[in-house]
Amino acid sequence: MRAKVYVTPKPGVLDPAGKAIEGALHSLGFEEARDVRLGKYIEMRIDGDVERVNGRLEDMCRKLLANGVIEDYRFEVGE
Amino acid sequence: MRWGVVTFPGSLDDSDAVYALEQVLGEQVVRLWHNDRSLYGVDCVVLPGGFSYGDYLRAGALARFSPVMESIVRFARDGGLVIGICNGFQILCESGLLPGALIRNRGLSFLCTMVRTRVEDTDTPFTRNYRQAEVLHLPIKHGEGCYVADPRTLEELEDNRQVVLRYVDSAGRATEEANPNGALRNIAGVVNATRNVFGLMPHPEHACEALVGGADGAGIFRSVRAALSEGQPTRVASVPPGL
Repeated sequence: MRAKVYVTPKPGVLDPAGKAIEGALHSLGFEEARDVRLGKYIEMRIDGDVERVNGRLEDMCRKLLANGVIEDYRFEVGE
Repeated sequence: MRWGVVTFPGSLDDSDAVYALEQVLGEQVVRLWHNDRSLYGVDCVVLPGGFSYGDYLRAGALARFSPVMESIVRFARDGGLVIGICNGFQILCESGLLPGALIRNRGLSFLCTMVRTRVEDTDTPFTRNYRQAEVLHLPIKHGEGCYVADPRTLEELEDNRQVVLRYVDSAGRATEEANPNGALRNIAGVVNATRNVFGLMPHPEHACEALVGGADGAGIFRSVRAALSEGQPTRVASVPPGL
């Protein structure tokens, strides 16, 4: 199976990189872009039944892939 | 007493920390490698600055899982003294030994400059040789030094007097202009609730002798020596049998 993991700054946590991207978009004429947040996208191959894979991914996110103090995460599992 | 200075792949300031301790302060130092499980009986561990494991994923995130860190976490939980400088501070936050996290500087730029920090609390083994509210002139050099924590954690830190260093201006005031990286409440250094683990973004090991522009950082290491020689309750890392 393929897993896609998305890690994003928690709402309220300062994201200066997101802010800089938003500024750049505005200066390029994309004034409608709002609340730009820069996160991370991680993909991997992971085998096992869906329930176990979901549990393992949850563990990976909590232990390593995201820092719960500053980041939220979500993931998708597909073929 | 013996100091342990850890080297991770990507550490930069380990040699400077060893130099400051050995050559300037006359201390005995054991160099610890990231794969070591033993701490060789050291009394205080220093996690130096740099880019451990390339700062991949997040600064400090991968170093936390090295064998030496497992031993350091146990050492710290038993009351052992640990100082994390810059990347070392990031590692301590990632390890859960210190609250909060360090994120990208507000201005996005890597900062390499001198700052003033005010000693907020002298009731720690790391700051006891300073005067309350003493202003220290120390270097910083980091891209991710903006200290953040949720509002409740910040209140707890203030209530328990765990904020040890704050960025201040030349008059000693913690103003917005004096804050180099956007750290919440101008926080430059914190201790854990049991006051035996200290993380700070400025580099005291680069400020231990007049030759490099000042010796304001030496007091941190001298404080530890004073605390340990007075037998302040703390634990020494156990030496495994056969060493």
